[in-house]
Amino acid sequence: MLGRRQKQEKWMLLAPAMFVLALITLVPLANTLWLSFTDTRITAIATPVHFIGLENYVYALTDPDFQAALYRTLYFTIVSVGLEGVLGIAVAVLLNQPFRGQLVLRALIILPWAVPTIVNAVAWRLIYQPDYGALNSLLYQLGLISDYRSWIGDPSTAMNMVILADVWKNFPLVAYVALAALQTVPGDLLKAAAIEGAGPWKRFRSITLPWIAGPLLVVMVLRTIEAFRVFDIIYVMTSGGPADSTKTASFFIYQEYFNYLRSGSGASYAVLVAGISAVLILAYYSVAKRQAAGGTA
Amino acid sequence: MRRSLLQSALVYLCALVLAVFTAGPLLWLAVMSVSMPTDLTEVPLHWIPSDLDFSRYGALLDVADGSGRRFLSALRNSILTAGGATAIALLVAIPAAYSFSRRKASMVLLFAFLATIMMPPITYILPLYSAFSSLGLLNKTITLVIVYAAMLLPFAIWLMKANIDVLPVEVEQAALMEGASTAFTLRKVVLPLALPAIAATAMLSFLVAWDEFFYALIFTNDLSAKTLPVAIADFAAGRVTDYGVIASVGVMATLPPAILAIAFQKFIVSGLVAGSVKG
Repeated sequence: MLGRRQKQEKWMLLAPAMFVLALITLVPLANTLWLSFTDTRITAIATPVHFIGLENYVYALTDPDFQAALYRTLYFTIVSVGLEGVLGIAVAVLLNQPFRGQLVLRALIILPWAVPTIVNAVAWRLIYQPDYGALNSLLYQLGLISDYRSWIGDPSTAMNMVILADVWKNFPLVAYVALAALQTVPGDLLKAAAIEGAGPWKRFRSITLPWIAGPLLVVMVLRTIEAFRVFDIIYVMTSGGPADSTKTASFFIYQEYFNYLRSGSGASYAVLVAGISAVLILAYYSVAKRQAAGGTA
Repeated sequence: MRRSLLQSALVYLCALVLAVFTAGPLLWLAVMSVSMPTDLTEVPLHWIPSDLDFSRYGALLDVADGSGRRFLSALRNSILTAGGATAIALLVAIPAAYSFSRRKASMVLLFAFLATIMMPPITYILPLYSAFSSLGLLNKTITLVIVYAAMLLPFAIWLMKANIDVLPVEVEQAALMEGASTAFTLRKVVLPLALPAIAATAMLSFLVAWDEFFYALIFTNDLSAKTLPVAIADFAAGRVTDYGVIASVGVMATLPPAILAIAFQKFIVSGLVAGSVKG
């Protein structure tokens, strides 16, 4: 039981953290919410602000450009996180096998994680470069393409190329989580299944995968939350182009704010995006809590 | 279980593919940074540079050079920003973590903290921008320090709490019985025991701050506060004819986090795994 002094202390110890977070997150969030009901614009001289009710939302919800941006964000998120999941599990299974160089390889795969996001974007932009890029040269020399291509300059390939760069940077996190989980799979269980005649694939599907599903789900929901916010890599690699083919929700709102200077309208898009994020964050909370409670599935 | 020869071959083949996929892009970035400019515009590429050219690194480290000035000021700003934010975040996080661990502050509150930084920064950016603008705080390192400290705080509290949880509570209780204040107990009893955890938290926090781009992009606009990620985006967006210059900046910005990550591999991986899985 906590005494009265200790109860007071509980809040005093928390106060600085609550103050900083309120200042940098809660107040701006409330402010964005308020802005979303107004027709505010970013101007050099102050102009009167009008409360316009739900007008911005009515427009935002029927705006085909915003819907397209949301759809692209969804595509980016699902494909990126999906590939990271598959690749992460595959890498973890490999790194869980005994082989010479296993420890070196385990150490090596932390490098993509350590590369700053912007450096990752810049490096892949150089690799994809249409005239002198390494990807073109490599595929040409392997005989896989006969002409150099503009990988991120072509709307049909740009998004997938950005996704590849993102997957390269982020698969290590999933792999490390999966590897840590794999190391807790009881060997006896696998041996028993093998004796009963279950093949490797069957053992993986009915023992290993369910065993690691819990932690894997948590890290993938976390990655989903992050991928849904995607901005940096888009900004550097494509600036939302070509022909808007990589313009995701965050980038869309960024332009609404800082290119078109429509802060009221931009705020309404931001609130909608925040709403979707909130749902994802609640999903994270629920899977993380279940995981912490000790469930393995 | 014994593997057949074929299975072993398969394992080594997969390992090779993974190694090439992981190291390839980085290796190429490093090669580009020391290749002769003409080697980089060959069609198709020769891959192996005809001669090594380290002049770009020389230029980057030379204040008298234009790109050197841009790089070095960004490096200084990044170190100050990430370092300052890490220090403030820890200073604020440790008492909060203690409150969650030993004073039974609600876990729902801790989750609410985490939720605030999981939100897309785009939802906070405009009010922050307006506020900093009217306070004359745009383009200042201190502004980024404060924003980054807030961004690092929830994760730092969370990591520190998990670590304080496993410290023996008896010494603390004894100290409190003897009439020591909580502040004293925290400083003299908890901190020394939690030192490794503090170091791990500081390192992860520093790396996250080092990586941040979005707030820095919006809040800074010249050499006095621009951080490395923003400077690199500038380098890449500018009309540079020598791709090796961009590559060399990329290599330089990657070295500190890469060295930390390799040197403190165990620390970092276990922190990452715990941080992303436990709730």
